[in-house]
Amino acid sequence: MSTRIPLRLPDPERDHISGSADGLIRLLEYGDYECPFCGEVQPILKEIQRRLGDDLLFAFRHFPLTNIHPHAEHAAETAEAAGAQGNFWGMHDLLFENQGALKDEDLAENAAELGLDETRLIREVTSGVYAPRIREDFKSGVRGGVNGTPTLFISGERYDGARDLKHLLNALTAK
Amino acid sequence: MSTTTGNPGHSSVLGPGTPAPDFSLRCTPDQSVSLSEFRGQPVVLAFYPADWSPVCGDQMALYNEMLDEFQEFQAEVVGISVDGAWCHGAFAKQNKLHFPLLADFEPKGAVARAYGVYDEKDGTCERALFVIDSAGIIHWSYVSPTGINPGANGILSALEDLKAKSETTAAAK
Repeated sequence: MSTRIPLRLPDPERDHISGSADGLIRLLEYGDYECPFCGEVQPILKEIQRRLGDDLLFAFRHFPLTNIHPHAEHAAETAEAAGAQGNFWGMHDLLFENQGALKDEDLAENAAELGLDETRLIREVTSGVYAPRIREDFKSGVRGGVNGTPTLFISGERYDGARDLKHLLNALTAK
Repeated sequence: MSTTTGNPGHSSVLGPGTPAPDFSLRCTPDQSVSLSEFRGQPVVLAFYPADWSPVCGDQMALYNEMLDEFQEFQAEVVGISVDGAWCHGAFAKQNKLHFPLLADFEPKGAVARAYGVYDEKDGTCERALFVIDSAGIIHWSYVSPTGINPGANGILSALEDLKAKSETTAAAK
């Protein structure tokens, strides 16, 4: 059986949500921690979150291109493992801030820096505990029209415009 | 966004119900692949303009990540462009591609022409997708604007559709 997960809108039950769950403006990113374009848009998205505050619900789903980005899968799993310990967003930010340091030992260092249970995180990542979840994100992206990263959806619609602060803010606040 | 069947404004592309023209193309400097080798399973033909397009948004990199999904439908995917076999080899190696890239190189673009997706002006294949059924009949085709990655949603829908059809046929027997 093929599973259809047309999850284009963020799902607060399932997705990692930053900002207000009641935010009227909904921004969903499909991203890859090793993708330089995702790294470029990261500070812009942070600024948008700062400016829109509680009006914004921001969600992130994984879309690792694991053949061209050999560290992307473990990085994504590390974010999930940190999430299981209550700090998905802390790890998410660290991974994007240190895109050049995504080897397994770097991931373990991140865990230590965030005060997480490093042993548990390493065990979960090396045994692929969160791999199915990441695959589910990936598939939902493919079915939703994600062709590469980063892909952004604003209130359920794919945003194909320029990814600079001005254009993004305009698109977000026009809704 | 649209990945529906049909190609409004594109008259030459072969559409559903048409037998897929057979071909034999180089996949490496000393090996060839024929379409007829895949009879009995669905085949996805992904024509694309050129190797070495930007990587993160690259269509071939996306399909490379989806080989397991295609495998669920027993489907084979092949990429086709007018680049030569040596060029394909370097491109596939760089991007760690795990599916064949075929060289529509000599005579240039002949297979793309047969499918109605050769761009005379640029001298390249258009960005076009074909899903061919196990009997070698085109089930679905789509031509994307050259600069736009058509993604894989349309392919998966076509493969699901084919699978549902074959299950219905099997149940009726």
